[in-house]
Amino acid sequence: MSGFYFILLFAMTLGGYLLGRSRGGALRVGGTKAHSLPVYHGSYVALAAAIPMLIAYFAWAAVAPQFVESSALGSLPAALQPVDELSRSSVLRDISNAASDAGLAAQAKPEIQRAAEVMSTWQSASDWMRLALGFCLGLAGLAWSLPKLTLKFRARTLVEKAVLGFLLACSVVAVLTTVGIVLSLLFESLRFFAQYPWYDFLFGTQWSPQIAMRSDQVGQSGAFGFLPILGGTLLITVIAMLVAAPVGLLSAIYMAEYASPRFRNITKPVLEILAGVPTVVFGFFAALTVAPLVRSAGAYVGLDVASESALAAGLVMGVMIIPFVSSLSDDVINAVPQSLRDGSYALGSTKSETIKRVVLPAAFAGIVSAMMLAVSRAIGETMIVVMAAGLAGNLTFNPLDAVTTITVQIKTLLVGDQEFDSVKTLSAFALGLVLFFFTLMLNTIALRLVRKYREQYD
Amino acid sequence: MTDIAAKFDRLPQPRPMGSSDVGSQKRLAARRRADARFRAYGLTAILLAILFLALIVIDITIKAIPAFMQSKLNLEVPVAAEFVNLSTPQTGDYDAVVRSALRGLFPNVKSRPEKKALDSILSSGAANDLRKRVVADPSLIGQKLPIRALLSSDADLYARGVTASSTTVPGTSLLKPSATTGIITLELPPEALAAAVKGMAKTADGAVALSTASSSLFAVLNGGVVKMTSAVDGKIEGEVYAELASADAAPAGTWRTVQVATPETSRKITDKQIAFVELLKDKGVIESNFNFEFFTGGDSREPELAGILGGLMGTAYTMLVTLSLCLPIGVAAAIYLEEFAPRNRLSDLIEVNINNLAAVPSIVFGLLGLAVFLNVFGMPRSSPLVGGLVLALLVLPTIIIASRAALKAVPPSIREAAIGMGATPQQAIFHHVLPVAMPGILTGTIIGMAHALGETAPLLMIGMVAFIADVPSGTTDAATVLPVQIFLWSDLPESGFQSKTAAAILVLLAFLITMNGLAIWLRKKFERRW
Repeated sequence: MSGFYFILLFAMTLGGYLLGRSRGGALRVGGTKAHSLPVYHGSYVALAAAIPMLIAYFAWAAVAPQFVESSALGSLPAALQPVDELSRSSVLRDISNAASDAGLAAQAKPEIQRAAEVMSTWQSASDWMRLALGFCLGLAGLAWSLPKLTLKFRARTLVEKAVLGFLLACSVVAVLTTVGIVLSLLFESLRFFAQYPWYDFLFGTQWSPQIAMRSDQVGQSGAFGFLPILGGTLLITVIAMLVAAPVGLLSAIYMAEYASPRFRNITKPVLEILAGVPTVVFGFFAALTVAPLVRSAGAYVGLDVASESALAAGLVMGVMIIPFVSSLSDDVINAVPQSLRDGSYALGSTKSETIKRVVLPAAFAGIVSAMMLAVSRAIGETMIVVMAAGLAGNLTFNPLDAVTTITVQIKTLLVGDQEFDSVKTLSAFALGLVLFFFTLMLNTIALRLVRKYREQYD
Repeated sequence: MTDIAAKFDRLPQPRPMGSSDVGSQKRLAARRRADARFRAYGLTAILLAILFLALIVIDITIKAIPAFMQSKLNLEVPVAAEFVNLSTPQTGDYDAVVRSALRGLFPNVKSRPEKKALDSILSSGAANDLRKRVVADPSLIGQKLPIRALLSSDADLYARGVTASSTTVPGTSLLKPSATTGIITLELPPEALAAAVKGMAKTADGAVALSTASSSLFAVLNGGVVKMTSAVDGKIEGEVYAELASADAAPAGTWRTVQVATPETSRKITDKQIAFVELLKDKGVIESNFNFEFFTGGDSREPELAGILGGLMGTAYTMLVTLSLCLPIGVAAAIYLEEFAPRNRLSDLIEVNINNLAAVPSIVFGLLGLAVFLNVFGMPRSSPLVGGLVLALLVLPTIIIASRAALKAVPPSIREAAIGMGATPQQAIFHHVLPVAMPGILTGTIIGMAHALGETAPLLMIGMVAFIADVPSGTTDAATVLPVQIFLWSDLPESGFQSKTAAAILVLLAFLITMNGLAIWLRKKFERRW
């Protein structure tokens, strides 16, 4: 039915546009000058038809389903009336399943079947009413706008205002996304902290989100201490940065200072490909190739390595971040003014001395910010650690042990879990909030640094 | 690199300047060595990065190769009326039809365990094609049909020599079995036995190790298979796994031994199944072909039946939603910010927001989708619609930033000329600036879409991880996408799924490289210097 509505919407809009354009064209007969081109007259009429129809559609979608649901529930006998929110949604699900699928309807109770009939009757009535309302509004829009078209009518100004409004609305989407993220994380986290004290969360050293079903169950205490997860996240991030920072920075230096244009032309796309490899591929590589390799290498020198060691996940994550570090540092190094290098050469220093004593110190702030962005990327990376790191929250700094990270826990707590109100599920949002603010902080500082540093040389 | 720096590189070994004392020459040499060393570090770092990429690609390609082939049995099956009723061909027991045809190849197999071992080398989907054909044309019931029955994953991998690889040694002398069934002894000259067990592990006392925890040795002779249990001094004892046609001595060249080095306890395929696969090889009914079903099938619990079409279609629908949202919104936002935004607080806020959003971890967008789209708006779980929405928000900053850069690259003279001719600012942008900036915008969009194509974590949050066997047919159907399919398969223990995972990764990488290549080509083709 939504399809019909949008076909009608499209037809009314197109019709309005054509009508308005021909009316606008007719005004100009005889060489008189109109304020606006016929195209703008057409667009004005089209907007006058489309905007009320769109508003009606969304307003209807916000209100009508509740009415349909309550009328369907009202037709149920008193014995089957839902008592709380949970049973209400389950009864509604039964009814709407029976309404949409004849096979399921045949198996349902007769009362449910009757309610399903009521529901589908009301549903189709609602759809037809919406269609009729939309048609009337569209016609009204046309009737209202068409007589306004005169030689002096400022159609272009109005249409351009509408377009500007649309452009502004689109750029506000980014703000709305941030607001949505912050609000949803904050709201769910507050619900979590209402059930679990925040200081135990932030400073607890035990993480075992499984909540005991019986009081005598061992090892399932339902403790949400954040520190072991933070420790694991930092451990893997440090390993990753130990790989990515030197390799990425050195390759950026080589690309910016030494490489011939031909070498650059070949290696840049290769690094871009490495940057474009999906993280799930790195995860597969980490779990099936690197982790067994690390394990057997450890066994060879007599070390006991966990099969989901932090080392394997960290190494592969480091490889993933190399192109990120290298392209950011490349930009930063290229932004150092050539005059600094030339001055250094003129004093007789070699190329490497110039790089180490002039270029890198000049680019220092930028490189630090590149590293911070890379750290934030490593902390927020999910798939590699989900596939290659462990689940148990060990508070350890031994890279050969299995550790867990914030993202792994979020994924584990939320995937396949349907009970949305439990402490366990809500704790994932608290972790998400911590993750969001962690990365936000790193990014903000890094972006500030970059901006400051740019101003220095501009 | 500048001219001066380039000249520095090109100079031949410079003469020691001025001073000729040994100390300063040494210092100079040391500085030059340090320079060369530093340069070598840089080169090593780049080569290391390239090496990592090569390692990943090669490792995955090697793992993927087995998934592109598949073995089937060429069988003649009589579609008997006892299994398939003429009036209701849908409910017929087609598995029994195929099983009985396979058993027909081995008339000597009578005991229950043997029959079970024989049945288990067939895939649980071996009869799917037959069912489709017969349901489409019930007149086939009662006829004898040639079909190609799918092998189970383990048997398939063994038959193609992928897992539990076997070594076949042709018999070089007379082999005499003592009976046709049960525990029998085989007579073989010691030198022929030595040839047959060459390369196999030995126990401490020098005998060939033949327990279930070491290796397995089979003799294939007289149309049957003997699994050897001990082989000492030319006297071999063994258990018949598939009954021999006769107890006659088999002459050289008509029999062979098969060694399987992987112990039975650490492989999926059992010794009994291996015996039947070896016999089927002898009969020449096993055929390996390109695995088209991998590209046309949905997901399945059985590795030999699992295909990527479900993931591909889910990806297609998700990308459709993402593209149709983020391209118009992204371009509109970029135009506003670059061309119309007044310098005020709102514009600054939007700017800072976009830069920060670009660096928010992707899993956080998944949390947003879960909390807002699923729980507040009540949109359908695991649907491409919600997945596409979340990914659109995720790549929106990328597209806005790329589009702004493209708009900024258009010289102001074009705007000014249009405005000078009497165009309004909007007409100047939409008629003159935007068309010129379009290639740059498209390049950014393709790169953003490639990013969205490989994204997994946010889709896990909104429930796209469910096992879905059906291929989705719309944006509100439950679906999964290719990267999530890869994640799901990589978690499964069957060895058949490992190569399927790697093959799916290759398909995904092929898409990504095509998209990135397209972006690079577009950039090169429409690159303009003003």
